[in-house]
Amino acid sequence: MTPDPAANLPYRLPPRLFNARCAACWFMLAIVVLVLASFWSLDLQWRSFLSAEALASMGRFVSEFFPPDVSQPFLGKVIAATGETLAMSALGTLLAAVLGLALAWPAARLNDGDRARARAPTRLLLNALRSVPELVWATLLLISAGLGPFAGTLALAVHTSGVLGRLFAEAFENAPPGPGFALRAQGVGNGRVLLYATLPQVLPQLMSYTLYRWENNIRAAAVLGVVGAGGLGQLLAFHMGLFHMNKTCTILAAMLLLVALVDALSYAARRWMTR
Amino acid sequence: MTAATALSPPARDPAWLGRVFWLGAALALLWPMLVATEFKPWLLLAPESLQPTLRFARSFVPPAVGSEFLALVARETWRTVAIATAGITLALMIAWPLTLAATRVLSISALAGRMAPGPFLLRQTLRALMIGLRSIPELVWALVFVRVVGLGPTAGVLAIALTYGGMLAKVYSEILESGETDAAQALLRNGCGRLQAFFYAVLPTNAAELVSYTVYRWECAIRSSVVLGFVGAGGLGQQLDNSTKMFAGGEVATMLLVFIALVAIADRASAWLRRALG
Repeated sequence: MTPDPAANLPYRLPPRLFNARCAACWFMLAIVVLVLASFWSLDLQWRSFLSAEALASMGRFVSEFFPPDVSQPFLGKVIAATGETLAMSALGTLLAAVLGLALAWPAARLNDGDRARARAPTRLLLNALRSVPELVWATLLLISAGLGPFAGTLALAVHTSGVLGRLFAEAFENAPPGPGFALRAQGVGNGRVLLYATLPQVLPQLMSYTLYRWENNIRAAAVLGVVGAGGLGQLLAFHMGLFHMNKTCTILAAMLLLVALVDALSYAARRWMTR
Repeated sequence: MTAATALSPPARDPAWLGRVFWLGAALALLWPMLVATEFKPWLLLAPESLQPTLRFARSFVPPAVGSEFLALVARETWRTVAIATAGITLALMIAWPLTLAATRVLSISALAGRMAPGPFLLRQTLRALMIGLRSIPELVWALVFVRVVGLGPTAGVLAIALTYGGMLAKVYSEILESGETDAAQALLRNGCGRLQAFFYAVLPTNAAELVSYTVYRWECAIRSSVVLGFVGAGGLGQQLDNSTKMFAGGEVATMLLVFIALVAIADRASAWLRRALG
């Protein structure tokens, strides 16, 4: 029963600091170059930002925010805009869930015999929908839907249906194949196999994805209005553009409160559901 | 012996009352939402909105591929990536001091059981600061900074730095606390300093997870730096906004394609890096 020798064998030297075969070294070098190139190529105006007069003007700018405007009619307007934000996010998510479900069906290989010819093109479409952010969709949709919450709702729906469609398709593909196989062995068609075997198994998962995206969409809907697509963001952009700083402060506080509330609720819900 | 008579299927759906009720409840909930969001899809098909839409959509093909325009797009794409990278770098500078001060793994008084009230208060304050930084969306920060420092990438870099600084600090301290803490405790109990314990115990234990989360956030920052361009923070988003306002469909199409490609590349690169490091 001899005790172990030292954990590090004494004759092994530590590796050299730079070694041409070490991928991590090259990787670190690449990161350093990328960061330096970024700072060098952007004409960042630190001087105008950190100079005494800039700091003073920033201080003045911040002090203009206070006191927040809490007059009755304006507060009513903020509450209405908050309601609009919530409605936009809820309706956008609902539309996205429906659209995502419709797109997830062709995007998934439902069984081993399924040739899934539409799978690749549908996935391409879903990826395109997903990689354009809500705000960009909103500016594009303003042309056809006009200023207001409708454009924002559609933008949320379009982007989220890309996200949800892909998640739903993955859920369909990963569902246990047994029940579907049993039905197909009896000669039941693809549509009914999906409705009676696959969908009931993955429904809780789809619900949790949808709720998760709803939470994200509330946050997104709050700022979407900056380009004119309704909700709190539109109110914010309007009053900030007119330099109504006290009103801006109220709107920012409402935004923060909304985000914090959603965070807390989702945290509590998750705790409650996983308990 | 009589054959068991098969139960005749019920003449009407036995659950109809519940179904009708929930359908009605859903409609009653949906109606005010439809009103609040001015949901009028038929307006999309009205000729005065359909025609400009179709004209705009038709001008998407062919995408603009003039060499001068492509050079502009390439320059702006680099600026987008650079804003995200510089923003993340500054965010790391904000996040690490906050993490070091806020994580309870490095608390010496907590070794004896309960943390002393002073350090506890400090940690909770820092945590509140992180959450505050994080919960103001970067777009709002950018709007504010555009007012202060003027149009240009500085506003975008600062906006990303502040939001992501708070976010990274919060997640970093959670990662450190959820990892193995035995090594750090052993060092601290034997009289190590906090920084020594951090560099020799906490960091090596959690390095892979920390790096992979940072790379993931860098990918997110690229996406949001495009969006920040829309409020005047430079990069691809600003050009996209300009071209949309001028109804230059071909340019919009090119930039959207570039943007989709950029996001896809960042996605792949970050997935590859995380696998390689994980």
